[in-house]
Amino acid sequence: MKSPDIEMPESVVEILTPSVAGKPALKISNLNVHAGDHHILKNINLEIPENRITVLLGPSGCGKTTLLKCMNRLTDLYRELEVTGTITIGGDDILNSTTDIPALRQRMGLLSQRPYPLPVSIFKNVAYGLKLKGVRDKRLLAFSVEKHLREVGLWEEVKGRLNAPATSLSIGQQQRLCLARGLAVKPAIILADEPTSALDPTSSKIIENLFREIRKHYTIVLVTHVLRQAIRLADHVIFMHDGEIIEQGSPGELFENARSDKLRAYLIDGN
Amino acid sequence: MQFKRQIADRLNGSWMIISLSTILVLPLVIGVGLYIKAAPLLEDVSLFSLIFSSEWAPSAGEFGFRPFIAGSVHVTLLSFLFTAPVCLLAAIYLTQFSTRTLVKIMHPVIDVLAGLPSVIYGVWGILIIVPLVAGIAAFFGTASSGYSVLSGGIVLAVMCIPYTLNMLIEVFNTVPSGLKEASLSLGATRWEAVKHVVIRGNYPGIISAFGLGIAKAFGETIAVMMVVGNVVKVPGSPFDAAYPLPALIANNYGEMLSIPMYDSALMFAALLLLMIILFINLFFRYLIHKTKRQ
Ligand SMILES: Nc1ncnc2c1ncn2[C@@H]1O[C@H](COP(=O)(O)OP(=O)(O)OP(=O)(O)O)[C@@H](O)[C@H]1O
Ligand SMILES: [Mg+2]
Repeated sequence: MKSPDIEMPESVVEILTPSVAGKPALKISNLNVHAGDHHILKNINLEIPENRITVLLGPSGCGKTTLLKCMNRLTDLYRELEVTGTITIGGDDILNSTTDIPALRQRMGLLSQRPYPLPVSIFKNVAYGLKLKGVRDKRLLAFSVEKHLREVGLWEEVKGRLNAPATSLSIGQQQRLCLARGLAVKPAIILADEPTSALDPTSSKIIENLFREIRKHYTIVLVTHVLRQAIRLADHVIFMHDGEIIEQGSPGELFENARSDKLRAYLIDGN
Repeated sequence: MQFKRQIADRLNGSWMIISLSTILVLPLVIGVGLYIKAAPLLEDVSLFSLIFSSEWAPSAGEFGFRPFIAGSVHVTLLSFLFTAPVCLLAAIYLTQFSTRTLVKIMHPVIDVLAGLPSVIYGVWGILIIVPLVAGIAAFFGTASSGYSVLSGGIVLAVMCIPYTLNMLIEVFNTVPSGLKEASLSLGATRWEAVKHVVIRGNYPGIISAFGLGIAKAFGETIAVMMVVGNVVKVPGSPFDAAYPLPALIANNYGEMLSIPMYDSALMFAALLLLMIILFINLFFRYLIHKTKRQ
């Protein structure tokens, strides 16, 4: 792999190399986020490997959600945030491009901490992204809705009430619905921000298994506070603390041989 | 101890029921009172002709309320026509697109506008809006003193804007930012996200804000009375003068009570006002109920 980025420190490249099998799906260099005096993200450099699950770990408030929001430019919504640096996907610098941001966001599916079903029916929630893309063909929409509801294991539960409001589903079902509607727009990368934190063990398991299943086709960035979940799923791990990346590497390296005290302390607290 | 707590619980419960029933009974008491006072007129003249007749000659015993009802309806509808789009767009802009600084400036401005006594709006209407409307009428080739339905509608709209705007802002602020982010993440543009999440998701709230605004506009008295001209005639154009129901009551109560039935007629006007406002409220409740079920 040829790295055109000369600013990346040697040590980081070293740590990355063993675990990064595919080419990077997304590359962040010198990313900084400020909110007034508060330096939220401090000089972030990282690569997200393609078709792998990258787990983002770190104590609350260290900037994980902010990092995810940078990746699909949701930071644009907050005027107080000042974002500098570059984030490249397939050669495009998405942070500095003025190109089609909705299209960019469709390449980066976001699954948030709590499910946010749109105030429409179950069917329309899943069809939403496709309709925004301009798909009008009823049969195609119906096909896609069924396919993705099956993919998240929700089809059997909801096939009789597709026109019911999405808010009538249980929280666990809503979260799977949100995943289904995210998958329906065929993103390249899935940004999952603590997707199972509001779910019961069974629903969590369903989502976890699903992630393992779909990583063949998608690149996944997963934020989680559940260490055991991180161990079960991670192909690549990034540990953040107070806006900085402290360590990144393969799960073996980080979980077995943590180098920094901060990570060691975090792992001890988590077990 | 347990016993004492139970007693306190009971007592508090009954106090709440008493205050609640007072609030519930109040409109009923007012309604019944007005009905009793209006009864002599209702015995004399049929309800149908009271509402649909345009003949207004109290000394001759002719009481047709149609001009007043029409006046109220025209002024209110016109004001709604101005208020609704302005408030909707302003509320969307303030809650979704504007900077924090602008919001911080706008909030006290809106509150001051909402708190101004209506007589001030009336004076402002006479000084600015009435001549303006007279000018507009001249431009369109109609003669008008400016004291007209249009002036009433504009003044009423300006009065209702802060009220309706505040309610809409409150409604739109309840939309969680995660919901907007979800819509954007699925590829919506800023405006599409607002349309799908902020507007469509809040139909019941928007309708109820508009409903309360209309009900308030319908009963507003002083400011409107100062600029609509108060001529007993069903208005034919926005430049015609009108005589809304509240103005009728406020202008005449306490005077000319020597005319037989006049007292009853004014009470009937008040009863009519109460009924119409009740009806507006029920209608909007029904709309909210219908949109909520979807
Ligand atoms: N729009 C904003 N304006 C100001 N400060 C912000 C903004 N968004 C985030 N922050 C700050 O940035 C820091 C990181 O927040 P972030 O939500 O990214 O943390 P997190 O790692 O996701 O935490 P958690 O695990 O609790 O979700 C916090 O201190 C937060 O207060
Ligand atoms: Mg977070």
